[in-house]
Amino acid sequence: MVKKTNNNDLKADQPAIPSRRNLLKSAGLVGAAAVGTVATSNVIAADSDSNIAHVASTAALEALEVLTAEEAETLEAICDCLIPADEHGPGAKEARAVHYIDRSLASHNNGSRHNYMVGLNAVNDFARKTRGKPFYQLIRDHQDSILLAVQTNKVSGFSPSGSGFFNMVRSHTIDGTFCDPYYGGNQNFVGWDMLRYPGIRLGASEADVAAGANLEPNHQSAYDHSTYTKLANNSVPTPGSAGTGHSGGSDHA
Amino acid sequence: MPKRLAKTDVVIVGMGAAGGVAALPLSNAGLKVIGLEAGGWLSPRDFAPDELRNGSRNWPQSVQKAATEAPTIRATPMDTAVQGGHPMMNAVGGTTMHYWAQSWRLNPWDFKVVSETREKYGAHRIPEGSTVEDWPFGYEELEPYYDKVEYTVGISGQAGNVQGKKNKAGNIFEGERQREYPMQPLRSSPFTDLMGTAARSLEWNPFQGPAAITTELFDGRPPCQYHGFCNKGGCHVQAKSSTAFNVIPKAVDTGNLEVVTFARVTQIVTDDDGRVTGVDYIKGNETFFQPAEVVLLSSYAYENVRLLQLSKSRAFPNGLSNNAGQVGRHYLSHHQGAPVTALFDRDLHNWYGLPAQGVAIDEWADDNFDHSDLDFIGGANLWVHTDRKPMSAAKMTTFGETRNWGSDWKAFIMKNADRTNSSYIQKTTLPYEDNYLDLDPGVKDPLGFPVTRITAHYRDNEKRIAAFSQEKMEQWYLQAGAIKIVKSGVGNLMGASTHAYGGTRMGLNSETNVVNEWGFSHEVPNLGILGGSVMGTSGARNPTLTVQALSWRTAEYLANNWRSIAG
Repeated sequence: MVKKTNNNDLKADQPAIPSRRNLLKSAGLVGAAAVGTVATSNVIAADSDSNIAHVASTAALEALEVLTAEEAETLEAICDCLIPADEHGPGAKEARAVHYIDRSLASHNNGSRHNYMVGLNAVNDFARKTRGKPFYQLIRDHQDSILLAVQTNKVSGFSPSGSGFFNMVRSHTIDGTFCDPYYGGNQNFVGWDMLRYPGIRLGASEADVAAGANLEPNHQSAYDHSTYTKLANNSVPTPGSAGTGHSGGSDHA
Repeated sequence: MPKRLAKTDVVIVGMGAAGGVAALPLSNAGLKVIGLEAGGWLSPRDFAPDELRNGSRNWPQSVQKAATEAPTIRATPMDTAVQGGHPMMNAVGGTTMHYWAQSWRLNPWDFKVVSETREKYGAHRIPEGSTVEDWPFGYEELEPYYDKVEYTVGISGQAGNVQGKKNKAGNIFEGERQREYPMQPLRSSPFTDLMGTAARSLEWNPFQGPAAITTELFDGRPPCQYHGFCNKGGCHVQAKSSTAFNVIPKAVDTGNLEVVTFARVTQIVTDDDGRVTGVDYIKGNETFFQPAEVVLLSSYAYENVRLLQLSKSRAFPNGLSNNAGQVGRHYLSHHQGAPVTALFDRDLHNWYGLPAQGVAIDEWADDNFDHSDLDFIGGANLWVHTDRKPMSAAKMTTFGETRNWGSDWKAFIMKNADRTNSSYIQKTTLPYEDNYLDLDPGVKDPLGFPVTRITAHYRDNEKRIAAFSQEKMEQWYLQAGAIKIVKSGVGNLMGASTHAYGGTRMGLNSETNVVNEWGFSHEVPNLGILGGSVMGTSGARNPTLTVQALSWRTAEYLANNWRSIAG
């Protein structure tokens, strides 16, 4: 797919300028619907032998990567207070925000590990002292009032402050509820549906923009597009399988 | 001892917005150029539409050279400087890979702030303590280079003044240009139409801003697909006109440019006569000396200043080109903060689109309005744009309607995720006596070299512009039907900025400037400096196109005067 721009001896690490068609193709914009089909069928093919067993065993095989069991339970209760499931639909718990945060503490949020350890412990200490039970065993009203006390710096034991801890957890809970599901949160796209976000698209036509929140949500991760995955060069469809002309906003079509 | 490499004509330090542009006229002139770049080549595959990756994960810049040498920041010499993040990235193409790509020409006033102010309002109106000077030339001198860059890099936009003929579809306050943009502007959207209509009813002149983004097939690259994710993300179809996709490969194609990636320059080397002889750099675990007839320094403003300050020698004991003590002076971070945020009672349809897809108002910028009865000079360009993403939408202000968590808050964001908008207001920012860059006495990078320390804060002139422009912005939002408005504070500390200026200022006076009117050092005849660090004023708009026009001009001057400069 590399178009040679002239006869110079290009260095190995210098990409030549790809052609327009190849650019669109690598982004899945030529025959976008066909790309989606190929990607989906690959996944189905790979899992076809043990599809049901695989799905059923996913949760059981999933370890906490960073948090301890009690930390995770405490954090889940906090997330549930921050973005609760209610009459308007699911919340942070259903989005698996804690699963996201746990994994993020081993990667881009690794600088926050200490703050979680200290902060979650301080929340439980305060809950035990004032209500006789750890935070995650309290009724919602009591949990809410403790969280408000933490947010307004009325609880001690945080590093550096209760409000700082609260803001960090709030921010990470939002990340875990509304991020690309690739990162382990926003399960089943509950976060994007909550905001009526129609989903990522590789192109947005004027009609798509005009439709706005009325667009059918496409429920795709960025990484459902094979071009952004590790083995993209092996999974880009051959030219014969691609349609022509689609240049905008058609990946839901 | 560094391994000594074969001598080249020109070595360019940094293959970003500035160095990438300079490489082309030099290569075309037949000069042998080596471009040293601290990052590597990236491809469209690297730019997934992923808000978390671009924002929170800070990919790919988090692992880079810039991230390990982020400046420390303090407001005044009395404060302790604290290290923050670095807003730029290392790659072939530099930050043009992931910037918003707004590509403005400065307005004519920005080149002559001192003389215009003195003539119209009196010398006393130059703010106290400001070290601002006129540029050594006017807008007219730079116009041909703006034009070259627009047509080579690929800029879309609507002209407002072609050879004196004004067009209200564009910016009627812009300087005279020789021709239209090579591409039509990015399309409007329901939201920009709403704001444009409101501006016209205020008798303002709204227009679609210029962008380094294709809107049609241009030079083999497809047009913008409007999916968003420009902000700290690269383009999946190369519609963003990064220098990695035009000038740099074109220069490589001449056979005269060799790009060396992951090369970290540690010193510019000087002989006893005060001429530069080349640069030292580290690649992998090896150190090299790249000899060159001419060195063009074209990293970011902080790194330009830092490398000069680190390059001490017998001829320049206080840092290269710093015998007049001007390296690091006249620094400013563009005042782009103090936004206004509005809440509307209907969806704005901003889930798709990009920061450069917006509508601008220039009535309150520069000296486009009468300042006789005001207490500041300069002004602000008002800008609103599309582009809404779920995580940032959920983190929106609650306009005092609810606490920021729980069921009520959840109902609030469910209703209003696509109903708020924040303005982007760029303000005239001036240099001042006590705003400067130097080497931090304590904080070092992993190689043991001190990082840059920013000592700077906004003064009354910038804060008054901020307050004034917020009033105008509020008026505009309300006219468009906003039901609630929140104004942020007018700002104080100048943080590490994507719009950093000064430190190696350009000017005729060698006592107050580091480079001459061609971008070459007053003290070192074969050292040229490219980038925002040579700019002495900010204007009220993004710097990159001006940086690129200046780079082209310096490179062309070097090619045309090769024998006298290379000696």
